[in-house]
Amino acid sequence: MRVTRESELADVVREATGPLQSIGGGTRPVGQGGGTALQVAISGISLYEPGALTLIAGAGTPLRVIEDAVAAEGQRLPFEPAAWNALLGTTGESTIGGVVAANVSGPRRIQAGACRDSLIGVRFVDGTGAVVKNGGRVMKNVTGYDLVKLMAGSWGTLGVLSEVAFKLLPAAPAQATLVMDVPLAQAAKVLSQALGSQFDTSGAGWLPGVGVIVRLEGLADSVAYRAGKLAEVLAAYAPKILRDEGAALWRDLAEVKPLQGARGDLWRFSVKPSEGPEIAARLGGKVVLDWGGGLVWARVAEGTDARALAAPYTGHATCLSGAFAAFEPEPAPVAALSRGLRARFDPKGLFNPGKMG
Amino acid sequence: MDMPVPSTTVLAQKTRIVKALRKVLPRDAVIDDPAETRAYECDALSAYRCAPLAVVLPRTTAEVAAALKLCHEIGVPVVPRGAGTSLAGGSMPSADAVVLGLARMNRVLEVDFDNRFIRVEAGRTNLSVTGAIEAQGWFYAPDPSSQLACAIAGNIGMNSGGAHCLKYGVTTNNLMGVTLVTMQGEVVEIGGPYCDAGGLDLLGVICGSEGQLGVVTEATLRILRQPEGARPVLIGYASNEVAGACVADIIRAGILPVAIEFMDRPCIEATEAFCHAGYPDCEALLIVECEGSAAEIAEQLGLIRQIAARHNPVEFREAQSADEAKRIWLGRKSAFGAMGQKGDYMCLDGTIPVSSLPQVLRRIGEISQEFGLEVGNVFHAGDGNMHPLIIYNANEPGQQELCERMGAEILKLCVEAGGCLTGEHGVGLEKRDLMEVQFAPEDLEAQMRVKDVFDPAWLLNAAKVFPLHVSAARRG
Repeated sequence: MRVTRESELADVVREATGPLQSIGGGTRPVGQGGGTALQVAISGISLYEPGALTLIAGAGTPLRVIEDAVAAEGQRLPFEPAAWNALLGTTGESTIGGVVAANVSGPRRIQAGACRDSLIGVRFVDGTGAVVKNGGRVMKNVTGYDLVKLMAGSWGTLGVLSEVAFKLLPAAPAQATLVMDVPLAQAAKVLSQALGSQFDTSGAGWLPGVGVIVRLEGLADSVAYRAGKLAEVLAAYAPKILRDEGAALWRDLAEVKPLQGARGDLWRFSVKPSEGPEIAARLGGKVVLDWGGGLVWARVAEGTDARALAAPYTGHATCLSGAFAAFEPEPAPVAALSRGLRARFDPKGLFNPGKMG
Repeated sequence: MDMPVPSTTVLAQKTRIVKALRKVLPRDAVIDDPAETRAYECDALSAYRCAPLAVVLPRTTAEVAAALKLCHEIGVPVVPRGAGTSLAGGSMPSADAVVLGLARMNRVLEVDFDNRFIRVEAGRTNLSVTGAIEAQGWFYAPDPSSQLACAIAGNIGMNSGGAHCLKYGVTTNNLMGVTLVTMQGEVVEIGGPYCDAGGLDLLGVICGSEGQLGVVTEATLRILRQPEGARPVLIGYASNEVAGACVADIIRAGILPVAIEFMDRPCIEATEAFCHAGYPDCEALLIVECEGSAAEIAEQLGLIRQIAARHNPVEFREAQSADEAKRIWLGRKSAFGAMGQKGDYMCLDGTIPVSSLPQVLRRIGEISQEFGLEVGNVFHAGDGNMHPLIIYNANEPGQQELCERMGAEILKLCVEAGGCLTGEHGVGLEKRDLMEVQFAPEDLEAQMRVKDVFDPAWLLNAAKVFPLHVSAARRG
């Protein structure tokens, strides 16, 4: 089933008699549940005000369309969402609603926040078929409960998004990347030194075969100044400074290139950053670190419970492809609250049942 | 503003309730003497007052849990309170409620510079969070005007903002985890020193839930390195329209100042009379602050100067020294005090799309004429968060109501312009009855369902946020 209008979506939900599996472009099939596929193709940018740094679009609008539109005005989505097609072996086209449902954020997450931090408004259809709006098109809004955040990362289990609104940021005119050939074992120290500096880093990770990479963005003189200063702070690791040519490394990191096409189950761990490199070492095999060490991507042998290998860790794991349930079981009191919310928003149990627990 | 009729059953049991609270809490943590409970009769929305049944001041999460569990068992309403600085009446009690104050829970529990977070008890004041880490060169970014007094618990309850959130975001963008005690007395750990939720983003909905979902006793907060320096410029314009256009152009140019503040003529005149900051005689004034090293600031200010010049400013003043920077901020920081010299004032905080700034300001001027009450505007222009200050005389019969009616008109205008009722103060009691201006019944229903899950008996701060007739069936 494919819907192109919000009212149509509401009708489908109201009349549904069995589970629906809402999808955007079908590029992030994580924790598959059963049910009739419901493709949200409500597409198009309905409002874009560059002077107010705000944009509203239908949930089915391709991510690429939005990125092109804002780039034409010298702006960008702050949270640097990446396509996972190559990583997950999918062929569809990522939609903005899918990005929101999965709360997808790239390397800039450590500076500009996650997808949920840039999301300022949503419209969605709940499990009774009612259209609900929350937030709006202004950056500062504390009117009523913040269901915007709740919808981000809910993987379509609370409602089906029909429209999303974002705050944007100016695209940085210049960037620099510091590359340090540092082994995984030393990465924690380097990353924390870089992120603990005054020089406002907009990305920090570790790529196999490359080492630690740290990004600075902003006005040209400022970037040059900060890159020089940060290179002094990190002099012990002999940083090389790349200008625009460093951009490819960040795309590799965002799209987790070293793990693309490899064999084995794909996992990610969101953890206390200083623990990241040790967890990665315990996982063994191919690993990539983002978010200053706080995000560990790993491929492990098929059927392996990566959580057992990684333990102990402060955070949570997601199994993106493999035999395990995608989401780590939550502590009982948290699970009870989440279950309660799902039951209230989706009383008939229509939306991606079993996907999140 | 109406409040529900206090439960006579609860009122009649006061002695029993206080006795039971004293059994589970230390003796000095329970206050029931009417002379002392009066200190908790209001917050910063001081036009509304009501002494609570009792006040509890726990020192630990376990004590908070014990108090809530007991109140839940007996069916006593609870009103959580951080430092009592809410401008929206968020911690205004009812006569049958126990106020749960967090003032005694103010310790720093953990500082981790490697992982860039601090964990504190939620009764700690906002400014003292930065106070605990500034010697090492770090700070906590959200900076509401009341930061010297307001508590992190209240900041989380209202999702507080501040002058610098254009760059650093508001509370929700800087909050990583909480310890939450539910009304049933259950202690729940949500989030922590890592990114994003492993399941549903409960933290996101707890932040800004105005003390209606649980009591936050501990918080993990993101901390940042202080920038090398900061410097403001002052730009004066002959009209609000032109100043508004300049703001939009600065944003479009790709510069992200940490703050863009806007003052209109009534505010400029009031602050000049009050503190002689030396502001130019003009219709609209912008203060734009940039951060970084001296060279970085110069680069940003150079661009801002070019943009400002295109709009023919009547004044462009760059701070050349710390003293000049202070003078530029002096008037802005004294604006509320200066307006207060003219009489009592009501401060609204509706947000509008930046593009509709000139029209909204013009219409506010007309509303001011219609109601016969003076209004000055000072606000965070970069994010459209207005702060109209309506001047009235609280001692003159009828003026409070007139002022509230005028405030409601302005807030309706903000919503019509595509904005919202409140950008950073919260709904509380003050804007509760306007919620239907912004939200359809289904929108409010969806929000109330969240409260149903966390507080099924609707005992926590239940008379706030949702219009009473909308929440009536749930409150019982």
